[in-house]
Amino acid sequence: MSQDLNIKQSANDWWSKVKAGQVGALPALLGLFVLCIVFGIQSSVFLTPGNLANLLTQAAAVIVIAMGLVFVLLLGEIDLSAGYAAGVCGALLVIMITEMDYPWYLAFPISVLAGVLLGAVIGYLVAQLKIPSFVVTLATFLAFQGLLLLLVGEGGTIRIEDPVILAVENKNLSVSYSWIFFLLTAGAYLLSGLLKFRKRKKAGLVDNLFKLWVIKTFVWIAIGTLATWALTVERSNNPDLVSLRGIPYVVPVILVLLVGATFVLSRTSFGLHIYAVGGNAEAARRAGINVKMVRITAFMICTAFAAVAGMIFVSRANSISPTTGGSSTLLYAVGAAVIGGTSLFGGKGKVSDAILGGLVVAVIDNGMALLGYPAGIKFMVTGAVLLISATIDAVSRRGASTT
Amino acid sequence: MASPILSLKRVNKSFGPVHVLKDVDFSAYAGKVTALVGDNGAGKSTLIKCIAGIYTPETGEFIFEGNPVTISGPRDATALGIEIVYQDLALCDNLDIVHNMFLGREEISGITLNESSMESLAKKTLDGLSVRTVKSIRQKVASLSGGQRQTVAIARAVLWNSKVVILDEPTAALGVAQTEQVLKLVRQLADNGLAVIVISHNLNDVFQVADNIAAMYLGSMAAQVEKNSVNQNDVVRLITTGAQK
Repeated sequence: MSQDLNIKQSANDWWSKVKAGQVGALPALLGLFVLCIVFGIQSSVFLTPGNLANLLTQAAAVIVIAMGLVFVLLLGEIDLSAGYAAGVCGALLVIMITEMDYPWYLAFPISVLAGVLLGAVIGYLVAQLKIPSFVVTLATFLAFQGLLLLLVGEGGTIRIEDPVILAVENKNLSVSYSWIFFLLTAGAYLLSGLLKFRKRKKAGLVDNLFKLWVIKTFVWIAIGTLATWALTVERSNNPDLVSLRGIPYVVPVILVLLVGATFVLSRTSFGLHIYAVGGNAEAARRAGINVKMVRITAFMICTAFAAVAGMIFVSRANSISPTTGGSSTLLYAVGAAVIGGTSLFGGKGKVSDAILGGLVVAVIDNGMALLGYPAGIKFMVTGAVLLISATIDAVSRRGASTT
Repeated sequence: MASPILSLKRVNKSFGPVHVLKDVDFSAYAGKVTALVGDNGAGKSTLIKCIAGIYTPETGEFIFEGNPVTISGPRDATALGIEIVYQDLALCDNLDIVHNMFLGREEISGITLNESSMESLAKKTLDGLSVRTVKSIRQKVASLSGGQRQTVAIARAVLWNSKVVILDEPTAALGVAQTEQVLKLVRQLADNGLAVIVISHNLNDVFQVADNIAAMYLGSMAAQVEKNSVNQNDVVRLITTGAQK
């Protein structure tokens, strides 16, 4: 191996990985790009800053559920009840704040803790009693739906007026804070990458990915700058009355979750164990990994994310209703994870995939609505995109196992 | 012959009414390859599972480096420096070589994985085994050939300064060239000073790589002999009838 591999070689390495079936996030990125261009040409509204902000707040809850689902999907399991778990935790949050007068900083952690407990129950049934997760979460799907109905009351909705909770989906960082937020994020990204490469160099290890990383970083920072700029443009119809500028608060919320979850999955031994159990549970067991504990914890993390999504739903709707987190929420979330490149067979995927996939789903939803297509067509197109992603996943698996 | 690093004396093991191991004696020597041969059901797998701590024998002595020891679980065996490479290799296809080698025993600094330390150590181990066929130790195991996977599994076993390495049919699923490559690696392990125990059905492999041959017949140790004192026909007779000459 030569000491200094150039860009062409690392690009070649990457291309051979793609050919070997490790396509990762590539199809989703391409898809997102194509969709944005198509909708941008057909609709004059789609590529406006106002719609961009709208898109992010629309997609937020589904993205957060999908991020949690990645942990479960990595094990080759599924959680069909994550949508209604979000609803139940959201209802608990609203009830605690409006009826019990808890402050948000107490009510929100308790609702997340409730999510963790729900996940522990599901995880115990799957890992200890070895009931297929499909069946367990189908049962909890119905049970949580019932629980939500009991909590909210039939046909009713409960409004929430807590300013902090409402701000998450309805308020924005000020323009200067938006830029500070962007600079801090970009700086942290640069720094962590550079530190990693320096540490590897110190240890005397060969690096063939440095130049590729520089290109990737450059592209991300360019996209970030563009997005921050677009979000800091005035998007209010009547700026004199009310100004609408800046990054929506939900974006930093998602970013914190992304950094935390990515850290756990890629830098800790627990994360490695999740991948190992998803890849070959028997090998993981023989290597001394507590497979049951890994399974239970993954389900706990999944529903904890769902609880955060519940808060986002509540913030967006200003209320909780018996259908919050229902209908197509969960299917969109699974779709988001899979479209982003997480494998339904387990062992492959990243949390950032869920964000990418969630944006694809949201763009289809948003773009087709702007073009005036009926909901029926929207569902069918989203279904088709999910099917294409699952096909890529299945075919790329076949490609990878041919040695 | 030097004193064995590991020796079992009069080991018995039953599963219910089935008496699987009958007064089995067995020894392994540092720097030597000991082949364990025998027909299906002769008790080879049960014997190595007793050594690895997966089964606990009812009676029998277990002597390691001159001291009597008891092995009551896989962790005891690992603590003594006994590692086993299973026939199915127990690798995770979706992880890279380094992560597979350290799986379950990762190096940690603070709360994060110490990737560079693991990578250096993995590289050193593979270099020590004269492995040069692997392009990058950061590639996923799924992209490796059968022989390379076997190499990774063996490297994982020797990573922990182990003293005894047990290989369960390491060449069963390999082609000619890859078999050659793995046998060379097995020889290399013994030359590095480890005691190697190889289960094999292939007498050509056994005669190529082994120093000692232990033949089992219907749950008993028919004979443990030096390779140079026997020929293939003798070993076949031991395997099929349990009788020496």
